Amino acid sequence: MKIEILGTGCAKCKKLYENAKAAARELGRDDIEIEKVEDIKQITARGVMMTPALCVDGQVKSTGKLLGPGDIKKLIG
Amino acid sequence: MDSKTDKETGCACSCKTSDAPVSGGGHKRASFTRLALIAPALFLWWLLYRELETISKWITYGALHLKEGTRLGSSVEFFLYDTPKVLMLLTLVVFGVGIIRSFFTPERTRRILEGRHESFGNVLAALLGIVTPFCSCSAVPLFIGFVTTGIPLGVTFSFLISAPMVNEVALVLLYGLFGWKVAALYLGTGLFIAMFAGWTIGRLRMEKGIEDWVFETQIGESGEDAQLTWPDRVSYGLNAVREIVGKVWPFVLAGIAVGAGIHGYVPENFMASIMGKDAWWSVPAAVLFGIPMYSNAAGIIPVVQALLEKGAALGTVLAFMMAVITLSLPEFVILRKVLKPRLIAVFAAVVGLGILAVGYLFNAIIV
Repeated sequence: MKIEILGTGCAKCKKLYENAKAAARELGRDDIEIEKVEDIKQITARGVMMTPALCVDGQVKSTGKLLGPGDIKKLIG
Repeated sequence: MDSKTDKETGCACSCKTSDAPVSGGGHKRASFTRLALIAPALFLWWLLYRELETISKWITYGALHLKEGTRLGSSVEFFLYDTPKVLMLLTLVVFGVGIIRSFFTPERTRRILEGRHESFGNVLAALLGIVTPFCSCSAVPLFIGFVTTGIPLGVTFSFLISAPMVNEVALVLLYGLFGWKVAALYLGTGLFIAMFAGWTIGRLRMEKGIEDWVFETQIGESGEDAQLTWPDRVSYGLNAVREIVGKVWPFVLAGIAVGAGIHGYVPENFMASIMGKDAWWSVPAAVLFGIPMYSNAAGIIPVVQALLEKGAALGTVLAFMMAVITLSLPEFVILRKVLKPRLIAVFAAVVGLGILAVGYLFNAIIV
């Protein structure tokens, strides 16, 4: 499974990245790959207008929200 | 000054978004209980709000034994009355706006604006700027998303100007500290500047000022169309309260403390000679000073309070506040990714002129 964090590098985007890592750790899943996507062209190519956004396996699951680890677990669990 | 600029990345974040819940979560029963608690909570809010004056008087003169009519007494009473008043208003309004905002995602706003022509489009965009969640970090993807789907450049600018400038925090603080007239004037003129500046940029045919790569960008459909239930919207509102009120309360306290405290220490009309109505150059000076400063609406309020208190003219102060919020160097740096310098200059000039006009207008009509 691949999680991508879309955002141009503001504080919330970094926090979301940390939360995603925490969620994967708490689930004990080491098959989850977490990646930051900071290129604006790639972000808009996904149709995202509010950052930070979170994609699971290429599908946009959330935009403009700083999800907590618990929320992320629900999305990937 | 509240500088929210992230040092590492240069991303200036002044958000009026909130972290909405993931819809379809498993805590349905808890959510509905919370929904049922709203009515009693609102009733308690109202009970407390109407008794604030009595309570603040009682604490000041009863519990603290301060003498009525003394400077210290009236300062303490003012502080004890205004602080809960403004914070309570802020909580209620942020909650209400949060609920409204849960209906307006940027995608939805884009759909509403698609195919609109200028003029009416500018008006609509400025109004939608109030209710759509917006974060200056997202200004670039939002700009690309709007412009490449055929929304006219001027209409897009109306949205981008109105969204940070006209917001509920600014309005509540202005209402709480200076009364509804000042708040209404701010709302009206803020919308006017957003419409006027966007319309003008549209008239100037500045499409060439957009970086070429923007139009080559592929825009995908995010496919995220969350169905929010009412409990979801309520927790969206509550999250907005937690996030926004949690962030701005120190500035509110500072603003009120300035209002309550500095009476005796700075000469009454200290600012009148340099920022009073008679100094014609004070309005442009206020706008120029506002540009290098960057703050959100809450951060600038203490300064506004101090300036007005000491005899600065209202128009001059509002021009300063608007310039600080809408024209800022970090914002220009963010927009530089998608706009050529020429268009940024036009944007700054048009918005600056609008603010100047508002400043002079206020100074002329308010006695």
